[in-house]
Amino acid sequence: MTIKPVIRVQANDFDIAREIELATAGHPEIGAVVTFSGICRDDGGSLAALELEHYPGMAERAINEIALQAAERWPLQAITAIHRYGRVTPGENIVLVLAASAHRQAAFDGAAFLMDFLKSKAPFWKKLIARDGSDGGWVDAKESDDEALQRWSAAEGFERS
Amino acid sequence: MTIFEQAPNTSSTNRPVKLVYFAWVRERIGVPQEEIALPSSVVTVRDLLHWLKERGEGYEHALQFPEVIRVALDHEHAEHDEPLGDAREIGLFPPMTGG
Repeated sequence: MTIKPVIRVQANDFDIAREIELATAGHPEIGAVVTFSGICRDDGGSLAALELEHYPGMAERAINEIALQAAERWPLQAITAIHRYGRVTPGENIVLVLAASAHRQAAFDGAAFLMDFLKSKAPFWKKLIARDGSDGGWVDAKESDDEALQRWSAAEGFERS
Repeated sequence: MTIFEQAPNTSSTNRPVKLVYFAWVRERIGVPQEEIALPSSVVTVRDLLHWLKERGEGYEHALQFPEVIRVALDHEHAEHDEPLGDAREIGLFPPMTGG
C-alpha cells in the first residue's frame, strides 16, 4: 500500500491532537500512533528565541523523501511531518513527526527514523537569540546527529515484521 | 562513475547558474542569492567551492573549510565529487540543525 505523507513547512504553530485526528481518520486499521514533538527550550534562561531558517522548496522535498523511505521500510498507514520556520520562543513547538501503523513497533521505529533523518538531512538551521536581543550565533551540528543515522543502516531489516 | 562524467559540461562554457546561500554561509558571503556564470573549468561540486572561495573576502570567510559545506543541486543533496551537471540552482549551506 502506498501512502501519501503529509509534509508541511510553516511559520504557524500546529495542534498535535488535530494532526492525530487527521492522520487516523478513515483508517480503522491503525492501532498505534507515535508522535514526536520538538520544543524550543530556554537553555537555563539565557535564550529568548530561536530563529529558524530553511531552504524553501528543498525543505519540503527533503522531508518527503525521508517519509517515503520510512513508508518503504515499515508498514505505516500515515506519516505527518511539520516543521516551523521563523521566530520560535521557549515552550513553543518546532517540529512534529507522526507515524501510524497497525502495531506499535513500526510506529515507534518509523517516527524515530523520520526524526533522525530530518535532523541531519532536512535543510533547516537554528540561530540563537539571547535574552538581551543580541545574536547568539548559529547552532552547530552535532556529531551525535550523524551517528544517529548509522543505526538505521547497520540494522537493515531487523524491524520488518 | 561513468565515462560520461564530464561530458555535460564540455559544451557549456560560462553557463549561468543561480547560487543560493543559507545560514552563516549567507551571512558571510553577504547576499542570499546571485546569478553567476561558471567557467568551464568548474566541473564538480568541489571545483565550485574552491573557485568561489577566490572571489573575495566574504567568500573566503564562508568557504574557508570547503569540506564542511553542504551542497544541493536543484534541491537534491550532492557529494563534493559529484559533477554539477545541468543544475540550474545550487544551494550552499552549513550542516543542517533542524528538528
